[in-house]
Amino acid sequence: MTAQAERELETETETMTVREAVRQALREELERDEDVYIMGEDVGLFGGVLEVTSGLYDEFGGERVRDTPISEAGFMGAATGAAATGTRPVVELMFSDFAGVSMEQIMNQMAKMRYMFGGKAEMPVTVRTTEGGGMGAASQHSGTIHTWMAHFPGLMAVAPGTAASAKGLTKAAIRSDDPVFVFENKMIYEQEGAVPTDDEFTIPLGEAAIEREGEDVTVVATQRLVGESLQTAESLAEAGVEAEVIDPRSLYPLDTETIVESVRKTGRLIVADESPLSYGTHAEIVARVQEEAFFSLDAPIQRVGTPDTHMPFSTPLEQEVLPDGDDVREAIERVT
Amino acid sequence: MGGLDIETEEGRREALRRMLTIRAFDSEAGDRFADGEIPGFVHLYIGEEAVGVGTCASLEDEDYIASTHRGHGHCIAKGLDPKYMMAELYGKAEGYCNGKGGSMHIADVDAGMLGANGIVGAGPPLATGAALSIDYQDRDQVAVGFLGDGAVAQGQVHEAMNLAATWDLPAIFVIENNHYGEGTPVEEQHNVDNLSDTAQAYDIPGLTVDGMDVTAVAEAVGEARARARAGDGPSLIEAETYRYRGHYEGDEEPYRDEDEIERWKARDPIDSFKERLIDRGELTAEEFDELEHEIEAEIEAAVEYAQSAEPPAPHEAYEDMFAETPPEIERFATAARTDGGERIEDSRSTSDRSRSEGGERR
Repeated sequence: MTAQAERELETETETMTVREAVRQALREELERDEDVYIMGEDVGLFGGVLEVTSGLYDEFGGERVRDTPISEAGFMGAATGAAATGTRPVVELMFSDFAGVSMEQIMNQMAKMRYMFGGKAEMPVTVRTTEGGGMGAASQHSGTIHTWMAHFPGLMAVAPGTAASAKGLTKAAIRSDDPVFVFENKMIYEQEGAVPTDDEFTIPLGEAAIEREGEDVTVVATQRLVGESLQTAESLAEAGVEAEVIDPRSLYPLDTETIVESVRKTGRLIVADESPLSYGTHAEIVARVQEEAFFSLDAPIQRVGTPDTHMPFSTPLEQEVLPDGDDVREAIERVT
Repeated sequence: MGGLDIETEEGRREALRRMLTIRAFDSEAGDRFADGEIPGFVHLYIGEEAVGVGTCASLEDEDYIASTHRGHGHCIAKGLDPKYMMAELYGKAEGYCNGKGGSMHIADVDAGMLGANGIVGAGPPLATGAALSIDYQDRDQVAVGFLGDGAVAQGQVHEAMNLAATWDLPAIFVIENNHYGEGTPVEEQHNVDNLSDTAQAYDIPGLTVDGMDVTAVAEAVGEARARARAGDGPSLIEAETYRYRGHYEGDEEPYRDEDEIERWKARDPIDSFKERLIDRGELTAEEFDELEHEIEAEIEAAVEYAQSAEPPAPHEAYEDMFAETPPEIERFATAARTDGGERIEDSRSTSDRSRSEGGERR
């Protein structure tokens, strides 16, 4: 579905930040379904370390917005066991870098139970977590790890790039009967956008959005790089290059068709994602495009991402490795 | 099948039947594994029957258990049907997991059995989660997390117990201390005298019981269940027991000697319980033999059923990954249904060539 089609579907919108959009999604789903509850470190009275759940504790109480011990393996496992037995936990994993602590329960229990049990286990669990560099949080609080989860069979992964998709994807994740990871780039929490107010607004998993149409080059961008790519596209338009910007929104499942159709039109592809460049999200998108549209390509595909380093602390170092709109511009200029 | 009243003659008879069923099932599973009929790994429960049966005797049908890699006994104690269990061990479509789980992942969530588990210590967090669902929805149930002595050293076990204790969840953790974590003696893996001492860290009751005595286990779990249902939170029960077979079938067992095994066998949970029932006049030797033959016949029938059951069709490998199968997987399922299962490495790779707008090959 294109962004245009969504706008036709939903008439009323309200301008809000990505943070507010996620919070609104959580609030609406807590109101809609009593089996839904939030659990995580400091999500209650504290309101979440990045303030996403702020106010929900007052509205819904400590049973439904539950503070956990600092115990990622324990609460990720408990969420898995709870999802298999009739409730719908929404876990906040404070920083995605902490996934390692809980990875056993994610990869061997949450992701595998339904399959190992011949389809006889439900797993309606949502894990929201933050990613990304840019705030000097250094190597253990700035990672972009979504490739792990998108790669691992049995998990779904979404990564919103706009306020509207933050709301729609979060709601779709909570309503899904499968385990879905929602990767929120922490640098776009303050980014504003028009968000449908209809409380039935969701974005189906596996549907990309064409955020800007163009004929000359396709830019598949995620999270913070969606907005930066759109800005780059506007400035390049003045120079006569029209970039089509696609936000896949959902990393697994991935809307291959929308991306491939665009590349068939433009013949050129840039993949911009903050995850490390090697063996990752970029490679998956590139592989799918060459499988389907190899003979449509007019130039080598370009990748924009974090070189294979950790996120350094010092601002000039961090800015050096973080991919941004300028990197997207340079990539476009290399192939147009 | 689930709870039984071990205070009654009927309940004691049923407990004996379940222990015998476990022993017959696992003896047969061991033989069939040795014959090469059962693939993979099997971890047998022989010798530990009183723990699973005693625990489940004090549970209700609706209660949950999260099991371990040594899970056959828990399944039978919880009321699963040996026929479909054996079919699962044989990898057949009629098995509890349609052949996708096998011995190490056998499960029946509808019967409250949240799965055997190939990861040591992974069950207790799942039990804590089941207890969370119960507590959240105010249901009249409890959740039991089984773990071995080796799992007590796992971090996630500590996290699960701490979380359950902190939230007063209706959970019961049952340590099956069979004195070896795989091949290493318990003394070399832990610094406490009794593994139940770890309960002190969570300020919950911790009790060590004779795991060769089905009534002792049932009594301890019964008290723990009452406490959990009263809203007083979890309990930790250590049941001291012994596995007669190796850690897995094929284990050469260099870590112990025959004398030690014989000393434990002298306290066999089935023999000792049988003697008690005979002493009480509730059972005769003839009735016991009859019961044993009946169960052996049941297990033989289970094996025959498993042997003759159909294997899953290749396309079923692509089912059950998700509630909604994504296109990434569906295309393989479609191919397998079409060609009967011969895998096409990539059905999409040439699609562009056939498209008129695809451009010329360079």
